[in-house]
Amino acid sequence: MYAFRYHRPSTMKEALALGTQNEEGKYLAGGQSLVQAMKLRLTSPSDLIDLNALGDLKTIKSEGGIVTVGAMVRHAEVAASSEVRKAIPALAALAGMIGDRQVRHMGTLGGSLANNDPAADYPAAVLGLGATIITNKRKIEADKFFKGLYETALEPGELLTAVAFPAPKRAAYMKFKNPASRFAIVGVFVADFGNAARVAVTGAGPSVFRQADMEKALSAQFAPESVADIKVKADGLNNDLHATPEYRAHLVTVMARRAVEAALG
Amino acid sequence: MPVKVSMKVNGKAVSAELEARTLLVTYIRDELRLTGTHVGCDTAQCGACTVLMDGKAIKSCSIVAMQAEGADVLTIEGVAKSDGTLHPMQAAFKENHGLQCGFCTPGMVMNALDFAHSHPNPTEHEVRESLEGNLCRCTGYHNIVKSIIAGARAMAVK
Repeated sequence: MYAFRYHRPSTMKEALALGTQNEEGKYLAGGQSLVQAMKLRLTSPSDLIDLNALGDLKTIKSEGGIVTVGAMVRHAEVAASSEVRKAIPALAALAGMIGDRQVRHMGTLGGSLANNDPAADYPAAVLGLGATIITNKRKIEADKFFKGLYETALEPGELLTAVAFPAPKRAAYMKFKNPASRFAIVGVFVADFGNAARVAVTGAGPSVFRQADMEKALSAQFAPESVADIKVKADGLNNDLHATPEYRAHLVTVMARRAVEAALG
Repeated sequence: MPVKVSMKVNGKAVSAELEARTLLVTYIRDELRLTGTHVGCDTAQCGACTVLMDGKAIKSCSIVAMQAEGADVLTIEGVAKSDGTLHPMQAAFKENHGLQCGFCTPGMVMNALDFAHSHPNPTEHEVRESLEGNLCRCTGYHNIVKSIIAGARAMAVK
């Protein structure tokens, strides 16, 4: 790991000043992706701005059908939160499936989203629920947040502070995981909002995406049969030693069907 | 630029001037000379470096020491009593032959200690799930699972 300057601001104002002044700096949340990437010298920020002392980013609120989760809330905390489990059980379940229990004790919602790993779980929930990403200066719709491979709408120095998730009528997340890394080879999040359904797919492509055909079919009838015969095109899907694009395309349909079954279950 | 880090390790207050890029596991092993915490894969897969930070199992190769500033850290050296009496979880590993080469054992025990607090009488399935982040390359999982079930029950009795 290359050397860097370490900062531990105690206020949001201080954190933002450090984030703006140091163009080559990065915010440090749980570090479960960033520290590993730095060890591999895939990234070498000049400064790390540790957000761990910012208590405002560690709250969970549930009000009027909206669950707002702070950026520094750990995966284990979302998984165990009684508010999240009550309002959006699928979100709590998804958080409990991320990585392993040690990773879930450190990793955070904000860190996962800002990193936008193509195989991360949280992007599927954020896009599948049509959540709103809240930063220090604006609100960004999920549909406009995920830009591509490890790329988001966040601007340099902009700090993701919380995510507001609307509670659906029902939802579920199914993932076909890599048995070694526990990352999603394909993960599908389905949500039924009564009048409309959303389907978000992670792991399959360079970044999380919605599956329009399935959304249309599920909006008409929220049932496993609605998606069971929908063929997904393999064009542009990821190809690595774990799975071919064709296999991933097939998995999208299988995971979507299982997710609908789970949501109805 | 060196930074000052202070934390509690195995109940004792410690502090040091470190390079900011020092990993928590490097601090524990190289500076504090507590070499029971192992570095296996160094890529957050194997869990041999698991320690408890404020009671929660984390991988000490995956955070810099500064992230543990002010925290209460427990390593395998702090688990047994000072007279050498094994902790019930350690005793259960011994009793159930829960180790072969022993390299993964400190991480297994530390993860199991945290897990057992929330699962006083775990099922085999729960224990196997809890071990997602710990690898044993002797592949001796069966006895590790038995050890953790027995250890968790013994801890609940105490």
